[in-house]
Amino acid sequence: MGNPGKREIANLRDETVAGNGLLNRRALLRGALLSAGVAAAGSAGIAHADDSVGADAPEWMKTPGRPFSAYGTPSHWQEKVQRIFTIAPGRAGTGVSRTPLHLLEGTITPGGLHFERHHNGVPDIDPGKHELYIHGMVNRPLAFSLDALQRYPMETRIHFVECSGNSGIFNQPQPQQVTAGELNGLLSCSEWTGVRLATLLAEAGVTKEAKWVIAEGADAAAMSRSIPLEKCLDDAMIALYQNGEAIRPEQGFPMRLLLPGFEGNMNVKWLRRLNVTDAPVDARDETSHYTELMPSGKARQFMFLQGAKSAIIKPSFGMTMKGPGLYEISGLAWSGSGRVSEVEISADGGQTWALAALTEPVLSKALTRFRLPWNWDGRPSTLMSRATDETGGTQPTRASWIAQYAPGQGYHFNGIQSWSIEADGTVKNVYA
Amino acid sequence: MSTRRFAFSVFVATFFLLPLLCCAQSPNLGRLLTPEEIRKIDITVSPDGKGLPPGSGSVSAGAAVYAKSCQSCHGEKGAGKPQDQLTGGLGTLASGKPVKTPASYWPVATTLFDYIRRAMPITAPQSLTNDEVYAVTAYILSIDGIVPQDTVLDAKSLPRVKMPNKDGFISWWPKPPR
Repeated sequence: MGNPGKREIANLRDETVAGNGLLNRRALLRGALLSAGVAAAGSAGIAHADDSVGADAPEWMKTPGRPFSAYGTPSHWQEKVQRIFTIAPGRAGTGVSRTPLHLLEGTITPGGLHFERHHNGVPDIDPGKHELYIHGMVNRPLAFSLDALQRYPMETRIHFVECSGNSGIFNQPQPQQVTAGELNGLLSCSEWTGVRLATLLAEAGVTKEAKWVIAEGADAAAMSRSIPLEKCLDDAMIALYQNGEAIRPEQGFPMRLLLPGFEGNMNVKWLRRLNVTDAPVDARDETSHYTELMPSGKARQFMFLQGAKSAIIKPSFGMTMKGPGLYEISGLAWSGSGRVSEVEISADGGQTWALAALTEPVLSKALTRFRLPWNWDGRPSTLMSRATDETGGTQPTRASWIAQYAPGQGYHFNGIQSWSIEADGTVKNVYA
Repeated sequence: MSTRRFAFSVFVATFFLLPLLCCAQSPNLGRLLTPEEIRKIDITVSPDGKGLPPGSGSVSAGAAVYAKSCQSCHGEKGAGKPQDQLTGGLGTLASGKPVKTPASYWPVATTLFDYIRRAMPITAPQSLTNDEVYAVTAYILSIDGIVPQDTVLDAKSLPRVKMPNKDGFISWWPKPPR
């Protein structure tokens, strides 16, 4: 987040697209090109005082670097980039860890930083002994080894997975002053490769009465959910690979169910069994959990789709704006119903809105990065983002989202989020 | 080609060649499961009782199972702490301070059996016998009077248990109700 020169700011005044300094989404790109030109011209002027050029070279240019490594790890300078979690006493493998969204860029989550939700730890499954069973209302009950699945035609797609409890913290009466990762980090996005579930179900021969598929994991909770057959025959995948490597143990090694756009819990990890039935089974995780209690005392059940949603990541809590000037607002937008069609940003607490630039490719049921230049004048401001998807789905205000549910409910929160930029440059979570 | 021969060709194409073509396009690498294998892996229990195993358990037997395997996490009589509360909370769902427990919130009793059998106790899941699971289910339900103290639960009686919140859920799939 650097500061532009005075002349650039004067030019940028003509680029205003909404209140309080929001600029045309292409303005920063033009500014960046100008700065790059200046920097290139400047570096040509450096002279060395000594005959040995090493006199002025940094240390790491003067000794050989370290050798090859079998599996690379991030730079040790990046060691603060870690998943966010606390361990509750007596239940080390139960609960969640969050993706540090505020420390990442782009849209793909590194495998080791994908959020986790486990119900009784991460199982250590011997892939040679694991099989996927398909039985119930089928003509041919089948077992598939990993070796067998490797021989099937594969698909590669980029999709987010979001826990239904993500951002549930917005149900708190007071806005919590925590990072964007703590607020929204039960959300990750990967390139998944695997076998289309419809292919396997066709081989098993689903009977006419079948309507649901009960999926079960091979973890120590035998985590189980009822999935509509319609979804299983649509874009569901038995995912074997994540970002080009075998799926990580925390994400379901050796295989997981991937249901693009559906709440995370249904994307059953360590997938072992698919029982085809004519009705859902009211599993614990579709009654006790992942249901939304309304003020009437009745609860919504089987609300599977993750709604249109967005969050500004830069700036966000924990970052500090270094004085007035030109900044890039950026963040993530997504929807379980399809592509993000637009993201609007407000810098004046929702009075006026401007369209952000969406970084290509904008993919269905995948994270989309949005960006917009902002000329901050140094006065307190409130930033907001609002995503709309291709089906017209959009984000309600936090207040109207809260009003739908009984007190303390936090599943499927997709209300508009707001950051307050204080005069001293600090960033606070606010309910605006 | 005569009409009859044409009809015969269509018959052959439809019932023999097309299925071959269809299956040739799919790898068909699944191993056929035997009924015995399915019996061993299928632990799904449906609200109508389908999948419930033989066996039975009484409230009093369940109290002993609970004391041994559940109480250290779920507290005396399911009161909770350090882990989830299992009892109480009846009538609170619309109160503004909802307390969701199996007793107050879960719509069917089969869920309790299914979940205990597959996932509990958390340090030794799938270690209880079917009789123990029936018994501890009966005990937990007896604490709030959902079943009487002399109850013995089995595959026939468990699906008949009427949970207080049996009508409390509205399906949002495929669409919210109008």
